[in-house]
Amino acid sequence: MIETDQLTRCYGNLTAVDALSIRVEPGQVLGLLGPNGAGKSTAMRMIAGFLVPTSGTARVCGHDVSREPLKAKRALGYLPEGAPSYGEMTVREFLQFIVRMRGFKPDAGYRRFDAVVQQLQLEEVLGLCIDTLSKGLRRRVGLAQAILHDPPVLMLDEPTDGLDPNQKHAVRQLIDVMARERTILISTHLLEEVHALCNRVVIIARGKLLADATPAELEARSRYHGAVSFSAPGSGMSQEMLGRLPQVAAIEVDPLDGRITVFPKPGERILEPVETLLRKQGLEVSEIQLERGRLDEVFRQITTGNGGAGSAAGEHA
Amino acid sequence: MSPVNAVLRRELRSYFVTPVAYVFLVIFLVLAGILTFYAGDFYERGQADLQPFFMMHPWLYLILVPAITMRMWAEEAKGGTLELLLTLPLTLWQAMLGKFLASWLFIGLALVLTFPIWITVNYLGSPDNGVILAGYLGSWLMAGSFIAIGACLSALTRSQVVAFILTALVCVLLILVGQPQVLDFFSGTLPRRLINAVAHLSMLRHFEAIARGVLDIRDLLYFLLSMIGWLLAGVLLLDLKRTR
Repeated sequence: MIETDQLTRCYGNLTAVDALSIRVEPGQVLGLLGPNGAGKSTAMRMIAGFLVPTSGTARVCGHDVSREPLKAKRALGYLPEGAPSYGEMTVREFLQFIVRMRGFKPDAGYRRFDAVVQQLQLEEVLGLCIDTLSKGLRRRVGLAQAILHDPPVLMLDEPTDGLDPNQKHAVRQLIDVMARERTILISTHLLEEVHALCNRVVIIARGKLLADATPAELEARSRYHGAVSFSAPGSGMSQEMLGRLPQVAAIEVDPLDGRITVFPKPGERILEPVETLLRKQGLEVSEIQLERGRLDEVFRQITTGNGGAGSAAGEHA
Repeated sequence: MSPVNAVLRRELRSYFVTPVAYVFLVIFLVLAGILTFYAGDFYERGQADLQPFFMMHPWLYLILVPAITMRMWAEEAKGGTLELLLTLPLTLWQAMLGKFLASWLFIGLALVLTFPIWITVNYLGSPDNGVILAGYLGSWLMAGSFIAIGACLSALTRSQVVAFILTALVCVLLILVGQPQVLDFFSGTLPRRLINAVAHLSMLRHFEAIARGVLDIRDLLYFLLSMIGWLLAGVLLLDLKRTR
């Protein structure tokens, strides 16, 4: 479990993290989302015990990171931003160093070493210098370091940054497998990652918590949530008809490909009426889609303070 | 103490996978030899001891120890590995101690590798080997103090060059402060007691005492306390950095 209580960090006049209170339970994968410079890494560094909070507290598995730093650090696996590691060491030497630092008995240490090397498919690069590895491999070495002691709490700062799609998939599968009994906190600015990994999302900007919800709840805040979009040539007439449907709030036409998006009034379902109308009109619709909502739009709204952001912040402040 | 051991082994290994260790050892051994025979008049003195050899050590350490210690923390801060190291389950003291001991053992190895000069002097005459052993001990203790200074000042900055220069500066001050020329310069202006106190801060004075074969507890304490003091200051600096 990770708990932070009014966690605050100032650099001179700049407040990087502003009274952040979050609580992540076992079984949860919390995505910490925010634009660059929002304070994600600073918050994680305080939870990991690298930075001292200006005020407030952070606890890992009930251990206050300031008062019982060693206990907190033992419960935590942490991948710092950029996955730093000692470049002049080979992968084997580096992971053996971590085994020793984690205080394993030789037997148990070797078992964990082998298991992690297999899990992250590092067998072939064990003898290579970390300096010579690709960015993706280095990230995997960093992940191996973080999960080596099989920690109950895992904190990963941008774990898939710089990986190719296959490697991203592999890392996400790994996190999925690990997620069952563990508490996982991930920072990211990739919205696709939130869908793929997280069952809860916290959005922060300028150090403040702006939203705390499930990915589906966030999508529901989107203007596009429940909207219906379709492509149909020569649909000029039906646009007017659609506009007259009682459930419809607005209609937009993409100027590039002519795709039509129909927005519902709040709380209305419009897929069926729209479909019925189109069929009645005898229009050829190649494909019709019910939108779930667009996270990127919600993210922009919330973090730049436009549109619905005010109410979003209000709900959770 | 297993984290100390892990850090120590990692540091020592990193000396030997990069050229640092070999460059250091070669330069140290070559310079120690040359300075002893040419600048120290090893033969011309006609005495079977290693005084000229040991008297060169402070000046060798002045250049070589900062070169060893400058990367100790500065490199970790710059490369981001400091965050990795300090989020592993170890205290700042353990990290500092591991790094310090690695450097100290390494200098110890360099000293051991000067054994041919000890064989030479035993071949040429019959020196007092107890005094020679004391000389080695004093030299190693002095090296430890220099390393502790370097460890502290490396924690101060992310730049290895700055760490090198600051360390060399502090070391040269501590060597020179007890020299008669320096003390004479201040003798007119400063009270006698203060000058005496300052003279006791001199590395050279304590080192020379031990190297003459006089193992005074005060000289040993001087080196031990200065090591602990500088390492403590380094740990405090690192801790301070976490709050800034």
